[in-house]
Amino acid sequence: MFLVEEYYEAQTLDEALLLMADKPERQIIAGGTDLLIKMREDPVKSVQLISIRSLEALKTISLLDDKTLSIGPLATFYDLATDPLIRGQLPILVEAALTVGGPQLRAMATIGGNICNGAPSADSAPVLFALDARLRLQSKDQTRIIPIQEFYRGPGLVDLKPGELLTAITIAEESYRGQGGSYIKFAPRKAMDLAMIGVAVTCRLAQRQHFEEVRISLGVAAPTPIRCIRAEKFARKKAVTEEVMAEAGRLALAEASPRSSWRASREYREHLIVELTARAMKTAASRAGGLEND
Amino acid sequence: MKTIKRISLNVNGKRHELDINAGETLLEILRERLHLTGAKEGCGVGECGACTVIVDGVPLNACLYLGVWADGKTITTVEGLATEGELSKVQQAFVSEGAVQCGFCTPGIVITASAMAAGGRSYTRDKIKQELAGHLCRCTGYQKIVNAVELVLKEEQD
Repeated sequence: MFLVEEYYEAQTLDEALLLMADKPERQIIAGGTDLLIKMREDPVKSVQLISIRSLEALKTISLLDDKTLSIGPLATFYDLATDPLIRGQLPILVEAALTVGGPQLRAMATIGGNICNGAPSADSAPVLFALDARLRLQSKDQTRIIPIQEFYRGPGLVDLKPGELLTAITIAEESYRGQGGSYIKFAPRKAMDLAMIGVAVTCRLAQRQHFEEVRISLGVAAPTPIRCIRAEKFARKKAVTEEVMAEAGRLALAEASPRSSWRASREYREHLIVELTARAMKTAASRAGGLEND
Repeated sequence: MKTIKRISLNVNGKRHELDINAGETLLEILRERLHLTGAKEGCGVGECGACTVIVDGVPLNACLYLGVWADGKTITTVEGLATEGELSKVQQAFVSEGAVQCGFCTPGIVITASAMAAGGRSYTRDKIKQELAGHLCRCTGYQKIVNAVELVLKEEQD
């Protein structure tokens, strides 16, 4: 039994925002697969919960008029993996969603929770970084939209102000149209495991041979997910070759700061960053219609 | 301080109205209030799958599912699979293949396999393993479990 001092089932977004504004210490609960585990670890502390599970509008995955893809934060990983729009336009997100936990957890865990808990190992995060996703954060009095890169502040720390709720994840058309993508989650097990390193790459090619644009993002390689700007700049306009991709991997490492933990040593993670960045680039280029250059 | 909520749920075809604490999990309600002890608490954090039950057609970890969320839902536990003392096809397949040793994980796996069978889709052996990935078994080495599920899904298709 969890110690739940107050429990509210918000029926509308306005109600949820009001409940939050009223007492910012109240916690939002959605899928529950992260928060309930944390509550179990600290059973002495009672919590006040606002459930947003009934807010159907926050589950929606849709294409807006300007072709922006909008993902409701309550979409579960199962929803993402099976949604026709995501499958058609963002196969890299399907790839990442299917690496999360196991089937039961994927049916419960939401993408919004995956981002808002600030875990450096969140599988959705590197993918959303590589897609230049933007987040809509709403409170009773204001709405702001920020790039996901600005949302992450540290391990377990995100830029959610008191009373603020994530209400949409958006991806602009230019960030997904004509892109090839690849997410590699490196973990000892194929299921029910956390990433030791996660690498997401999206790219667009010119003449099927050159990187017109490439975006590289790493998870578990620093206190927050990161973009590897120097590696991206280096690869832009260059031919899709083993040498270019290997060098981009080395540059990506220079931008990362992995640490040793009980799951892997810093040295092992460094090796993985170099190798997996190159591999993810290769797969992404191939999926973007790239021809073999070597 | 306790927050009492009234919920109404259908478990294995039977309706229940209960006044529960908002902090109770569905697993606790099933085991301690309804005395359906088939679903087990193994890890309590969603990793082992021993607590798996079907909620509105979807296998979920009942240890991470609050009872208040079960209001209005239809739930199937392993106790609801046999009809009039006759084992379901999935249960029978587990017996036939010897897929049970200590039995702690079995109700959860049988539940997931039952949801797969109810879906009427076909599965390769690899796909079966992927669908069962949310379950841990410390006895069998999994082969006989996968054999049992394979047997029943093959039967379902025929």
